[in-house]
Amino acid sequence: MALLLAAGAALAIDPGAAFDDPALQARYEGLTNQLRCVKCQNQTVADSNAPVARDLRQQVREMIAAGASDDEILAFMTDRYGNFVRYRPPLTGTTAVLWAAPFLLLAGGLTIGVVLMVRKSRLVSDDDCDDAEAPGEETP
Amino acid sequence: MMRSVLPLGAFTLLVIVFLVSLRSGRAPNLIESPLIGKPAPEFELQTLRDPERTFSRSDLLGQVSLVNVWATWCVECRHEHEFLMEISRSGLLPIYGLNWKNDRDEALRWLEVLGDPYLVTGFDDTGRVGIDWGVYGAPETFLVGPDGQVLYKRIGALNEGVWRHEILPLIQQAQVVGVQQ
Repeated sequence: MALLLAAGAALAIDPGAAFDDPALQARYEGLTNQLRCVKCQNQTVADSNAPVARDLRQQVREMIAAGASDDEILAFMTDRYGNFVRYRPPLTGTTAVLWAAPFLLLAGGLTIGVVLMVRKSRLVSDDDCDDAEAPGEETP
Repeated sequence: MMRSVLPLGAFTLLVIVFLVSLRSGRAPNLIESPLIGKPAPEFELQTLRDPERTFSRSDLLGQVSLVNVWATWCVECRHEHEFLMEISRSGLLPIYGLNWKNDRDEALRWLEVLGDPYLVTGFDDTGRVGIDWGVYGAPETFLVGPDGQVLYKRIGALNEGVWRHEILPLIQQAQVVGVQQ
């Protein structure tokens, strides 16, 4: 069972490595893992069985072999399929909200949490003042 | 007072955001084409019927046209075929076919049996030209202006509604501009 699980991670969609040169292979894997399969949109081009993904892997392979840089290959893809094809979308006016949102939400949540805690602790100390006089005890 | 207003306010804001997004009508998994407003890509393909002849970008120039991506294995292509025949019969504008990742004989047989709405069909069995058009499935249809600019892209089958509300106005606009030139 453990072997099956381990093997799953190592299985490539295409049989064998794309490049003998480990540096080129690393670039190939890096690129295909950050490109979204436009057909099966929650998978990378590296992982997807879709024919389009296979074509795009081939395209990346050819471009690396032809000497294109990573930037050139990514630009090639976004020119044709848009920013959506990149799993890490570039920071632009529109995607700024996407990138900032988790941090903003976290900051917002923390702020609310702190404010509520502070307010609650203030209420507790007010109660303490009242409790200084034990209930039922008459003040002369 | 702040305790009750803040969650309510945040909730209302979310509701507004969701409503706007839902009512926009755009299916979230359809990718907006970066080609809109840009020149159609350069390409040259063998025609489907005659490998000796070519179909290339220059054929698109001079009139508004449709470029329809299709294949015999594509069920939605089968559904939109009759509508394409209607457009073809109307003579409103030429339809060019891009036979995508398909077997040539099967494609020819399909056209023989169902009818051929295309002025010319390019044979893109490898899908390499499809990549340049940003194609990721079939059917897809592009509206191309007389100057070769991509005016519109439809992902999925063409139908009466899309045609009337989205494509026809663009065709009329482009044809008016064409006459003025």
